Amino acid sequence: METPRFELTASPHIKGPDSTPRIMWTVVGSLVPVILASVWYFGPSAVLVIATTTASCVLTERFLGHGRTLRDGSATITGILLGLTLPAGLPLWMAFIGGVFAIGLGKLIFGGLGQNVFNPALLGRAFMQAAFPQALTTWPDLGGSWWALRGDNLAFPFMTPHVVSSMTGATPLGLMKFEGAHTALAKLIFGSTGGSLGETASLVILVCGGYLALKKYLDWRIPISIFITVAVLSQLIHIFMPGKPDALFMLFSGGLMLGAVFMATDMVTSPSTPRGAWIYGAGIGALVVVIRLWGGLPEGVMYAILLMNSLVPFINRATQPRLFGTGKEAAA
Amino acid sequence: MLNLFGHTFRHGVHPPESKGLTEHVPIRRMPFPKRIALPLRQHAGKPAKCLVRKGDRVERGDKIAEADGYVSVPIHASAAGTVAEIGWWPHPDGSMVETVVIDVEHYSPQIPRPRLVPDWHGLTPDQVRAAVQEGGVVGLGGAAFPTHVKLAPPKELPIEWLLVNGAECEPYLTTDHRTMVEYPERVHFGIRIMMQCLGVKRAVIGVEMNKPDAIEALQRTIPADLDVTVRGLTVKYPQGAEKMLINVVTGREVPSGKLPMHVGTVVQNVGSIATIAEIFETGLPLIERVVTVTGPGVRRPSNLIVPVGAMLGDVLDFCGGITDDAEEIVFGGPMMGSSQPDMRTPITKGTTGVVVLTASEVKPKTTYPCIKCGHCLDACPVFLNPSQLGLLAQAGRYDEMQTRYHLQDCMLCGSCSYVCPSNIPLSQMFALSKSALRKQAAAAPPPPPKTEDEGAEGAKVA
Repeated sequence: METPRFELTASPHIKGPDSTPRIMWTVVGSLVPVILASVWYFGPSAVLVIATTTASCVLTERFLGHGRTLRDGSATITGILLGLTLPAGLPLWMAFIGGVFAIGLGKLIFGGLGQNVFNPALLGRAFMQAAFPQALTTWPDLGGSWWALRGDNLAFPFMTPHVVSSMTGATPLGLMKFEGAHTALAKLIFGSTGGSLGETASLVILVCGGYLALKKYLDWRIPISIFITVAVLSQLIHIFMPGKPDALFMLFSGGLMLGAVFMATDMVTSPSTPRGAWIYGAGIGALVVVIRLWGGLPEGVMYAILLMNSLVPFINRATQPRLFGTGKEAAA
Repeated sequence: MLNLFGHTFRHGVHPPESKGLTEHVPIRRMPFPKRIALPLRQHAGKPAKCLVRKGDRVERGDKIAEADGYVSVPIHASAAGTVAEIGWWPHPDGSMVETVVIDVEHYSPQIPRPRLVPDWHGLTPDQVRAAVQEGGVVGLGGAAFPTHVKLAPPKELPIEWLLVNGAECEPYLTTDHRTMVEYPERVHFGIRIMMQCLGVKRAVIGVEMNKPDAIEALQRTIPADLDVTVRGLTVKYPQGAEKMLINVVTGREVPSGKLPMHVGTVVQNVGSIATIAEIFETGLPLIERVVTVTGPGVRRPSNLIVPVGAMLGDVLDFCGGITDDAEEIVFGGPMMGSSQPDMRTPITKGTTGVVVLTASEVKPKTTYPCIKCGHCLDACPVFLNPSQLGLLAQAGRYDEMQTRYHLQDCMLCGSCSYVCPSNIPLSQMFALSKSALRKQAAAAPPPPPKTEDEGAEGAKVA
């Protein structure tokens, strides 16, 4: 009896539909509305900055990474997310360096996809915050002609950007912190405020995140836990110290939405256990409130997430799931 | 715990059911092939001891190998003929096993000797157990655990429930489904025998809700004098795992490391129960079984009564052969079955089905690094952390897998591998880790020697 050659694999012999590239590219797809919102508010500068960071992330992954890892789409996500955290008027050369740093030192140095401890996009941004503090906190004002470039997009590398002060606005958090001024809630929700490219359109971010959560491509527990913690803590503080902002302002201002929905939920750098997700989210929420209200910076989402990233291995270890047939549920 | 989501267990996965190919195809009998191969190891426990020699003539139903010890069962010739060969032969588990090959007598009427199994009426439980063992009956759900052992739980563990497992949660397979639809009385007769043997008062048949005709047939035929209920179960893999079924029906979790009898239950597959009834009805030992031959790679998907020992090639030929794009042949279901390279591999007592997959069903080859998405944690029915276990397995840290992450509780159901977006072969890694641990335990150094000289000697021998 002649035996033809057959596939020999271990069980299971069939595979579910999800794949890592599919997850990653779906996340990229769900970021498109956020990008469009940023283009709506910040014009062509948004396209330039996001395209630059994406290109630099992808190129870095291509030339410093091992093997063909571009297909999985994770470098593209990092690039887009990094771009979304930057101000519209940022010189593009800075954005490019930020992208190289995000992938090179945020991911590849740890061993590539799945190995990194910190969210690469946020690590890249933290680096830029330290390297280019002034440019990173220069927020171009909204308004002006739609097609005009904001700020100093085309500044030459290593030249001091000449900030046109009349064009410089402030973020709602900056206004609150340094001038005690308040921004209307509707503006915050729809995003017509100053701020980073992708952080202003809270509603768009929530809808896109909801879609990903339904597909189970992000853990809904993390953003929910962050929102609850921030809302409860800040509302309590607001009651006892009316000078401090209330829960709604805290939720819809700054990078909280973008961070909670798209950055804190990065699968690689967040806990994989359900209980861990709650703890991790609560930690981020508490840190955000503390940094925003009492820290030297107006915004704290980035550092809150990075700090909690570093605790993920410990959280995972401490929140292992209850084994079937142990504990109260098991019949003795 | 209050179960808010109806009759189901937590976690699990939803692979495509793919049962449409054969679920309404009546069971047919496959003609006797020219040759049959009967491995001496077809059951969990010790392999049987061969009783025949090359050239011996055997009748259908004759014992060709006897049980070797308590956890073992005899093997019977499934067709009349001559012993052609006794030697190593490919086995469904991928190894070579000592096997009796019989040339089937072409013109034999295949009439067995009269009543090899005694009549059931008036037998004591012990006599029933002995008859079941002599009949070579094992669990037909895949693990092939000797049934008479299950019928004799220790005295100190009172059995409250008999759970009849008709979940058949593996995709493609319809063996139990057709048995329940076509032989419901036989299932109930088997339940009666088991209940009497175990002394239990209640039996529950669990059937996944995608088999309404089976549920209907069983309900219609419940004997008036038995407390038997048919329970519809949520369609979810691995609903047919013992622990999951017990959890759903009784609300109890079998404690880690314990057996179903520790929570007062005995679980038996519906096909095995029908077989118990069958041997007492026909007087013939277990020499044939129902097998689903299916998958997109089979030309005529069928449910067949196949003589135990029929070879893969003959079975497929009877079903019209395989298509040109057939890529993989699996014995058992696609979630836990084993792929077969050799057309001579025989159907054994534990073979539930033959599934032929084509390129579009075979899993992809590309793997990606673990992105810690946690999907495997949401899939694992016994609440392990497959992601972490996988990383430890890759690092070869088997001891830590055992002590910290409960590797021993993994039943290799494959749910984690099924959902893993990075296509990491988690359950394969766990199977390898378990076998590495077993080898490690077997090779563990004996207690330290008393003197230095002896120690040196021992080291040399080792």
